Amino acid sequence: MTTLTVSQAPSRWWKSRVMRRFLSHRLALLGLLMISLLALACVIGPYLLPYDSLHIDLRARFAPPLTGDHYLGTDPLGRDLAARLFMAGRISLLVGFFAMVLSICVGTLIGVIAGYRGGWISVVLMRTVDGFLSYPTIFLLLALAAALKPSPVMITVIIAVTSWMEVARIVEAEVRSLKEREFVLAGRMLGLGRSHIMFREILPNAMGPIIVAATLTVARAILLEAYISFLGFGIQPPLPSWGNMLNGAQQYLATAPWLAIIPGAAITIAVSSFNFIGDGLRDALDVRNDNI
Amino acid sequence: MPAFLLKRLMQSLVLLVIVSIIGFVVLNLIPGGPMAQYALDPGMTEADKARLAEQLGLNRPLLVQYFDWAWRLVQGDWGTSFRDGNPVLTVIGRHLFATFLLMGSSTVIAIGVGTWIGIRGATHRYSIFDYAATVGAMAALSIPTFWFGLIGIYVFSLKLGWLPAGNMYSIGDGSVLDYMHHLIMPSVVLALVHIAIWSRYMRTATLDAISQEFVKTARAKGVSERRVLMKHVVGNALLPMITLAGVQLPSILTGALVTETVFTWPGMGRLFLDSLGYADYPVVMGLLMFSAMLTIAGNLIADIVVALVDPRIRLA
Repeated sequence: MTTLTVSQAPSRWWKSRVMRRFLSHRLALLGLLMISLLALACVIGPYLLPYDSLHIDLRARFAPPLTGDHYLGTDPLGRDLAARLFMAGRISLLVGFFAMVLSICVGTLIGVIAGYRGGWISVVLMRTVDGFLSYPTIFLLLALAAALKPSPVMITVIIAVTSWMEVARIVEAEVRSLKEREFVLAGRMLGLGRSHIMFREILPNAMGPIIVAATLTVARAILLEAYISFLGFGIQPPLPSWGNMLNGAQQYLATAPWLAIIPGAAITIAVSSFNFIGDGLRDALDVRNDNI
Repeated sequence: MPAFLLKRLMQSLVLLVIVSIIGFVVLNLIPGGPMAQYALDPGMTEADKARLAEQLGLNRPLLVQYFDWAWRLVQGDWGTSFRDGNPVLTVIGRHLFATFLLMGSSTVIAIGVGTWIGIRGATHRYSIFDYAATVGAMAALSIPTFWFGLIGIYVFSLKLGWLPAGNMYSIGDGSVLDYMHHLIMPSVVLALVHIAIWSRYMRTATLDAISQEFVKTARAKGVSERRVLMKHVVGNALLPMITLAGVQLPSILTGALVTETVFTWPGMGRLFLDSLGYADYPVVMGLLMFSAMLTIAGNLIADIVVALVDPRIRLA
């Protein structure tokens, strides 16, 4: 059974079986806690700190963490690292989130169509998906990022364009198995339209795997943004992102290691939180455990 | 078998065409297009640019240029690098050894360590080791490769001084030992993610194999537990791993690109980034195609090896 039963009765959702199982998953709860704290810090942190993320103070360059009011130290221009970290977090988390939303939409659309229609449409779509899954998309990602103007919106779109395939494959498999079920046949017999059956009848029943995939896609998207920004083709300074904060950090590794350690830790915390949550959701929603 | 191969080859061809079209369009979207390197050169007049475009055939319709490029690609003429005038295939060839060395050694590490962790996790299921391996694998999948590399450089090169911080060999040296010394850190860094993946798959595969009837039979015959494990369980669990090695190839290439940047490793990944920076359009295009061909070849070889090793599989 790979479906999420959507109960129509007005039972309290937080008492449901899924919720109970999710709450008993310790790592998932830890992930939820970590990402909530990190997101909260990114939202309200900049207002609480005494320094602006763009305030340059050349007398306070390379201050190590916990010097005065610079809780995480300063960067080569004397900007407060904590303020920059939180501002960067806003960008990185938003890029990750919206890239996920976009790629889930595209992946779901393609997956539903391929799974429900079958035939040559499915063959063409799914072979394309297979093709891209067997290609190191980072090459294409970087070429795209180098060619287009790397604004946050563009980076989000580029990441989404190269990460919808996994979702499409999951949704396709799910829809293919659902479309022979009685409720779909009943819908067809009632004369419901094709798109009504696809998106109003089948899709809600495939939500479980999609939610899991969505969580893991956020993790992947944050990581991808960090990769391309670290390589210098992603979010461009002065706009900070966790990836581009690490971009210049390598040359100061000997004298100011915190410049590399702190943003990297933030990325790791964010990505592992989403991975833990995804894992917990997979167990709670009873989604078959096929990748790792 | 031949029918299967043909089908796979056709699929691969479609992928190559798609990648090449996307790459071609993308690189013509760059401000200045293929001529981007001359855009800011004060010594180039408009007339010079026009003459150069004419010479390079860049003033023809895109479609004509694409087919012309594709046809020459098939014939083995991948164009010449804008940067140093060498043929693209020669340029790629010069960086191939470094990348293969890095990918090869890191794959060996990943398979070795991952297999061991996976088997131990499966035979000592729900032990502390198993739990730690599970959590560790998930954490490893969340650490950005380049960050792990930076931490490694900080600890092992800057603080302890045990390992070099970059490059493939020391100038004036170049012995096998020197290469290995330089290889340790980048290959371990690159292997980390794949150790995580391999150990998870190996654990599942071993658990699968342990519950099979032939293992019970072997045990019932009085075969020693160690021999059952090594011969019957691991042998069968390793089979799907061959396919996995093929599937993992794109992700190893991706990791290699980042690892090479952190460790100034003179491989294909760095070549790609440098070429992007210089708008060296023929090399970028060449590497896009080459990486696609490489992963396709890897997957194909993995499929063939599995078919040859496993008598149960008859590819149709």
